[in-house]
Amino acid sequence: MDEEYDVIVLGTGLTECILSGLLSVEGKKVLHMDRNDYYGGDSASLNLTQLYRKFRPDQTPPADLGRDRDYAVDLIPKFIIASGELTRILVHTDVTRYLEFKQIAGSFVYRDGKISKVPSTEMEAVKSPLMGLFEKRRAKKFFEFLQNWKEDDPNTHQGLDLDKNTMAQVYEKFGLEPGTQDFIGHAMALYLDDDYKTKPARPTYERIVLYTSSMARYGKSPYIYPLYGLGELPQAFARLSAIYGGTYMLDKPIDEIVTDADGKFVGVRSGNETVKAKQVVGDPSYFGAGKSTEGGKVRVVEEGKVVRAICFLKHPIPGTDDADSAQIIIPQNQVGRRNDIYIAMVSSTHNVCAKDVYVAIVSTIVETDRPEQEIAPGLQLLGPIYDKFVSVSSLYTPTSSGQSDNIFITRSYDATSHFETVVDDVHDVWRRMMGKDLTLKKRNVEVEA
Amino acid sequence: MSKQFQFKLVLLGESAVGKSSLVLRFVKDQFDDYRESTIGAAFLTQTVTLEDQTIVKFEIWDTAGQERYKAPMYYRNANCAVVVYDITQASSLEKAKSWIRELQRQADPSIVIALCGNKLDLAARRQVTQEEAKKYAEEEGLMWAETSAKTGEGVSEVFTAIAKKLPQTAPPSARGGAGRGGAAARTGVDLNKQANAGPGQNEPCNC
Repeated sequence: MDEEYDVIVLGTGLTECILSGLLSVEGKKVLHMDRNDYYGGDSASLNLTQLYRKFRPDQTPPADLGRDRDYAVDLIPKFIIASGELTRILVHTDVTRYLEFKQIAGSFVYRDGKISKVPSTEMEAVKSPLMGLFEKRRAKKFFEFLQNWKEDDPNTHQGLDLDKNTMAQVYEKFGLEPGTQDFIGHAMALYLDDDYKTKPARPTYERIVLYTSSMARYGKSPYIYPLYGLGELPQAFARLSAIYGGTYMLDKPIDEIVTDADGKFVGVRSGNETVKAKQVVGDPSYFGAGKSTEGGKVRVVEEGKVVRAICFLKHPIPGTDDADSAQIIIPQNQVGRRNDIYIAMVSSTHNVCAKDVYVAIVSTIVETDRPEQEIAPGLQLLGPIYDKFVSVSSLYTPTSSGQSDNIFITRSYDATSHFETVVDDVHDVWRRMMGKDLTLKKRNVEVEA
Repeated sequence: MSKQFQFKLVLLGESAVGKSSLVLRFVKDQFDDYRESTIGAAFLTQTVTLEDQTIVKFEIWDTAGQERYKAPMYYRNANCAVVVYDITQASSLEKAKSWIRELQRQADPSIVIALCGNKLDLAARRQVTQEEAKKYAEEEGLMWAETSAKTGEGVSEVFTAIAKKLPQTAPPSARGGAGRGGAAARTGVDLNKQANAGPGQNEPCNC
């Protein structure tokens, strides 16, 4: 390995694969390595054998779950929001041609002990069982206000300033009940806690618009999902990178991040080989996550923990109209918590498990020292659980921007229900590495005779 | 009206046996002696018209240098595979055999596999006899041919033979590989469609 690269990418999670693909398209000479013998890192989808090896190494998968190869179980529960930034990157890079997508069949919210569909338009709000008669009128006025908002027409602003008024003040103006605020803030704006209420209303407004425009795009829910699991996404971007000259090395232990006397990045050592590059980018697990230091330096810090329970069901989730896939949000207030509980469910419709099996992942941000009990309200909604795999993962964030040492570290996959924060991280890392904003260029690649 | 079918074709084989050159000859009828690896040649398609006017469109997936670290996505929904070896390198046939074993394990059981001995223009330096390769292909139930991407000899014949062997029983719209306009258009959503479709016209169709 005498060659010198522009960038070494460590880990083949989605964030790293998007960056790898975009860097290769930009003309950088990229070496992309992973310690595992499969693509995807923490954002991989596993077959049954791989899943049991990870969670229960002393057990073989039960025969009645069906064929191993029918399974692609996500480790991180996320959906793609149809009109979001990830969709835009997929389309602009033309990576869509390697993937097939289906809708997620429904988006639900928990209120007062039962689940209901999330209304996304004033029409649906009027029909929703989530609100009483008078509240519906108030909600209708609120949604009309959002839909009619025009930046340069003060008549549509109804005396509100999205950059000055807080979201709490907007709710107050329309007289919305706390329960209604819960589903708007948590099931539509997709905030994990209530901190947004005390901040200016604009980001909440934008999130609601993203939700409703995503909902309008394909109809059933604001979400889409790749056939064969989320693990297809990093593979597709890895292919983009390879097509533009990126070199791949999997199953390669990474033993040391080599730096010079000033602490600047020199290369990556695997065994007794060291590969040199100008920059390195990778996920926190390659930079001392879980250890106190990496080579004497604290490069990442834990900023919280997420508990996730992967559950196999032999039936659809009760109360979802037998949906083949769904998201259910339990707003924190409804169960006396600070953070929401999420359920993400997919099934054989998405080619991720055997027929008549449903895979639901229940997750939340850990608030106590008994994380499994914290997701109990979510587990209870599922009905009988055939089997479940519970894990608690730390969320890591880099301690420095990397601009002084050319070591650029991505963030762990957070507890949000979609990939928008992953794309934010891609933009952020790109800006740090390249010193300029990422602008997506349309590829023109078809070679057709 | 003639029937049209679309199939996903994957290329396999050791590096430097001429996989990309073979495709370049087939798709663009070109050859480049000093071609290194395939940068930017993302996605190639080529059609073959059979005698009965059936049109077979190949959606060709090159390994893009990921020979050793192919993703499962690569094999997914592949209808046919061309496994290439270099007739002047005996070791490349051994490597081809290991790819064929992997295909038999990972790919759809109905996949049509063609074993292809390339660099026929260098027959003077031949290390792999026709008999040896042909015998192996027969034992494994594979198609077999020799080609020269450099002169073009045998190249279009391989793809035409594959086109003939692929099943043409399914209705045209229901066939197709994983790519855009394939199976996705039947049941899934097309992200390349603009976002202005309102409710009621949600499911895009590929007509």
